[in-house]
Amino acid sequence: MEAIARLIADTNPVQTPSEAKAANAAIGAGFAYGLAAIGPGVGIGYVVGKAIEAMARQPEAAGMVRTTMFLGIAFTEALALIGFVVFILLGL
Amino acid sequence: MLALTFPPINELIRWRDIFPGLNKVGLIALIAAVLGIIIFMTAGTKDPLKAPSGVRNLAESGVTFIENDIVMQTMGRDGLAWTPFLLSIFIFVYLCNVPGIIPFFQMPATARMAIPLFLALVVWVIYNVVGFKHNGLGYIGGMVWPKGVPVFMRPLVGVIEFLSNIILRPFSLAVRLFANMLAGHMLLITFAFLTNALVFAETKKLFLIPLSILPFFMLVFLTAFEVLVGLLQAYIFTILTAVYIDAARHPVH
Repeated sequence: MEAIARLIADTNPVQTPSEAKAANAAIGAGFAYGLAAIGPGVGIGYVVGKAIEAMARQPEAAGMVRTTMFLGIAFTEALALIGFVVFILLGL
Repeated sequence: MLALTFPPINELIRWRDIFPGLNKVGLIALIAAVLGIIIFMTAGTKDPLKAPSGVRNLAESGVTFIENDIVMQTMGRDGLAWTPFLLSIFIFVYLCNVPGIIPFFQMPATARMAIPLFLALVVWVIYNVVGFKHNGLGYIGGMVWPKGVPVFMRPLVGVIEFLSNIILRPFSLAVRLFANMLAGHMLLITFAFLTNALVFAETKKLFLIPLSILPFFMLVFLTAFEVLVGLLQAYIFTILTAVYIDAARHPVH
């Protein structure tokens, strides 16, 4: 938010090295989380979609499918969460 | 107008000590531990022959949930001896997650790395001990030189298996719980902060006040969502614990 305000106001275009580093870290943090969310987004969608398909075909196996689905989601989601942690470490 | 600065992360999740050595997060973890013990101790003193009611009902549905939905699905009948351990982990993690949405607490204790990391290390020690107890030194052998894999693939798969078992599992177990709860906490903060900023904007523009209903609705919706996330993360942590213990008992799949 501060970066946007400064961009609009254009009060201090000259950057010290530490400011430039902070700005680049903020940009990098945005990309880190955004890129890390792509794969798990597709992956979790696929896992849940297939699980729903399986539950609709065989409702009596729903309990087992649900357990396995949560396991699959947990493993897929880990990548996005690592991206989120990197985002916090870099950006805030 | 755009001079809206988000508070730095250290102000959001770091609390002053109530007295030396105990801050708000420690207090929440302590309450979670004591509350879980109290619930199950009182439930244990009730007469088991009568129909369950009150606290006993709650405790019994918790035990049934762990037995049917976690142990039987992942470890099978011979894993039922692990129910007390898994139940303790589930109740503790859940009671640590839930204060994130309880007014005046407003902070999940698992949103600091210490508690998820400690729980993950406990789980790590336990599944490795179980692996050595059931398979002896063959536990390491089965990890670095897995049977049932083509011979030329074994070094590669062995390295991956070893890294996954020793480093990545506890790491991802801890980071999953921590990052989920921290993300939820920060989402709640963001929308509360936006609502506040719109109502008390410095520009005193009147049209900003009705606009504040939008982030406020989002805040209410996310609070309801956090109820689900707290339960789901406790469930996932417990089920992964069960899966890891089961994999250490029977490493060859």
